Amino acid sequence: MIPELGQISLILALCLSILLSTLPIVGAAKDNFIWMNLARPLSAGIFVFLGLSLGILAHAFVTDDFSVQIVAAQSNSLLPMRYKLTALWGGHEGSFLLWTFMLAGWMLLVSIYSKSMPLQFVARVLGVLGILCVCYILFMLATSNPFARIVPLPPLDGSDLNTALQDFGFIVHPPTLYMGYVGFSVVFAFAIAALLSGKLDSAWARWSRPWANIAWAILTIGIALGSWWAYYELGWGGWWAWDPVENPPLITWLFGTALIHSLAVTEKRGVFKSWTVLLAILAFAGSLLGTFITRSGLLTSVHAFASDPTRGVFILGILGLTVGGALLLYAIRAPLMKSELGFTLVSREIFLLVNNVLLVVSAASIFLGTLFPMVYQALTDDLISIGPPYFNAIFVPLMIILFVFLGIGPISRWKRTSTEYLVKQVSKIAVASLFIGLVLPLLVLLEFSVAATVCVILASWIVLTMFKDLRNKVANKSLLWIGLRSLPRSYYGMLLAHIGVAVMLIGVGLTTYFSSERSVLLGPGEEVELGSYAFMFNGHEEIRGPNYIGERANISVTKNDSDLGTLFPERRIYLATGTPSTEMAIDAGFLRDLFITLGEEKEGGSWSMTVYVKPFVRWIWLGAIFMALGGSIAAVDKRYRVLRRRKPEKKKKEASEVALQPAS
Amino acid sequence: MKRHRKRKLTVIIFIALGLSATVGLTLFALGQNMNMFYTPSQVALGEVGVGQRFRIGGMVKEGSFFSAPDSLKVKFETTDYVHAVPIEYEGILPDLFREGQGIVAEGSVDDKGVFSASRVLAKHDENYMSQEVKAALDAAGTDEAIQILQERSSK
Repeated sequence: MIPELGQISLILALCLSILLSTLPIVGAAKDNFIWMNLARPLSAGIFVFLGLSLGILAHAFVTDDFSVQIVAAQSNSLLPMRYKLTALWGGHEGSFLLWTFMLAGWMLLVSIYSKSMPLQFVARVLGVLGILCVCYILFMLATSNPFARIVPLPPLDGSDLNTALQDFGFIVHPPTLYMGYVGFSVVFAFAIAALLSGKLDSAWARWSRPWANIAWAILTIGIALGSWWAYYELGWGGWWAWDPVENPPLITWLFGTALIHSLAVTEKRGVFKSWTVLLAILAFAGSLLGTFITRSGLLTSVHAFASDPTRGVFILGILGLTVGGALLLYAIRAPLMKSELGFTLVSREIFLLVNNVLLVVSAASIFLGTLFPMVYQALTDDLISIGPPYFNAIFVPLMIILFVFLGIGPISRWKRTSTEYLVKQVSKIAVASLFIGLVLPLLVLLEFSVAATVCVILASWIVLTMFKDLRNKVANKSLLWIGLRSLPRSYYGMLLAHIGVAVMLIGVGLTTYFSSERSVLLGPGEEVELGSYAFMFNGHEEIRGPNYIGERANISVTKNDSDLGTLFPERRIYLATGTPSTEMAIDAGFLRDLFITLGEEKEGGSWSMTVYVKPFVRWIWLGAIFMALGGSIAAVDKRYRVLRRRKPEKKKKEASEVALQPAS
Repeated sequence: MKRHRKRKLTVIIFIALGLSATVGLTLFALGQNMNMFYTPSQVALGEVGVGQRFRIGGMVKEGSFFSAPDSLKVKFETTDYVHAVPIEYEGILPDLFREGQGIVAEGSVDDKGVFSASRVLAKHDENYMSQEVKAALDAAGTDEAIQILQERSSK
């Protein structure tokens, strides 16, 4: 009976969403305050009922209710509790419910943190999000009901969660990615609301910015978690494979990155309005495209859910309806978005435009490469795949150009910057970066390497220009500390995120070009050397876990005769399905990772295994953490909270208000 | 032409040039890095040139797997139940690799018709069959192939 309550709760959420998608928007058009005021309580109601729905589904998983189809398909009575709970998002239906619940969560946040915005605007934003909610819940009820039962004879036990998913990464990666993905719906809704009202001013950009930053930061973490998880779980030491399902989050992220930069220009200078709106629509379309590719089964990938063509068609319908509608509205309102072009050919506006063009072009070429096999198959009936070389050939040069401009952008000035000023600012840094890039890798590697040189040059270029800019900003203050205090948080956020880019660049570049690996067959007592490391195989033992059995190898690592400890890679057989799974052993370090995957036992007790040395691989995710922190710090900048604070501080009179006015 | 129109025209020409250069380069890169997919029957009948890189997909033939005792070399055959193609690979196979399971391999074929793989992929979900393997079995169209397809899709 309880699962049916979940479904009823889902239907109630649908009813509320239908109200939310109509009344507040109509109310905003007709100046009906009662209808507009319904937006917030309706959003809260949807959140409650979707939460209830999700809770009931979680209950079914925790209590092993195998009469529920997806519990039987994705769980098992032997599964540890943490995986029973998270098995909920181990399949299409449950993960879509989570996705929709995340949307409701964002809606609740918008309705709480929107006190400073006019009611009309909030009503429209929540109304647009309500439309999305209607689409998603209808999709669930029509094609993928998470509460569907197996009647009349439910299985005695479930067929287990996919063994590759039984891991910490699975607990954290999907929710974070969804949270980031869905966050761009909020920015999309802001843009649509602004289009509906016809008022695309800097106020709209200021309201959107913290939301865009937070969604972007969460998406950054979500993608990084996925990369980290793939790295230690899939067993070949890769952190990015240009897989058709990895690409849509990256496409969304690139659009999102372009968007947060373009929003900055729109807020500060009132230009690029139509472009910003378009980016908001594109970022949202990217997030829906990700859903479509994962769930339609049109592309082959490790992520694909069991496919069902009707789902694909339905999602394509949602995509067409929302993005098509948005673009139509965009076309109608385009004449309103004229901005007075008040900048010259050398100005920060132009550099940010270059940033946007590069990001959008790279996103578009990844999009092309991802969908090309599908189009090709439709046209010629031949199956093809597009390999990583394509993506690398396009993406890497574009990023190199982007990083060069990344150093110049922040140092340049709004409206107009004289070329001499720029040259004076960066020429020393350029020389210094070249010097560091040429000398540092030589000292460490004792040989010349183009890749290392380029990476180090670009990374030092980014870091040095950032510090130069910081120095410029505090130069005219009497004390360094006062200068540092006077800078807004959004500035520090920007610095941190850009330094994160440099950190990630070092990680990506050095891991890609200096990783080494060796596949060998080792008997007990035998040793293999890789670089300056020696791996000694000491034998193996049988192990038994809660829902698996397996073998664990014991391998001790030494470097120049100094002991670095012992690693224990495993090979497991999961009992419910008999699926084998390798658990690699990693010795993680700031400057390098050591990494062993176990193959199989051959005759005479020797084992096949692959050992890897991956220099600087942690820097990839460290960089992502820096970026996400930067985005979050920028989002909590004081100027976004000015008006929200006004209420409790009313008694203190205007004095405090003046102090809280934005600096820019 | 007025001055501002001239300027506009220059901008448009630049955008058009940049755009066509980008699209051209992208399509070139796509063409360079395209891996065609062939079924075991197509390979066995010699439709693929020696040395050309491509993907092959099919089921691992029962009883064909051989693993060298003293090295990481493995041999097996992939089949669409009409023709089988011998595959050689050196390295550690994916977790879900086993006889009777669908796989996709990337590499090229030599003049003796032996496929040497640089990468072997097996899917992480046993019930899920990759598009390539499905297409290979579909194309073969024998009773055995159809039966396997039906078994997998009914799960």
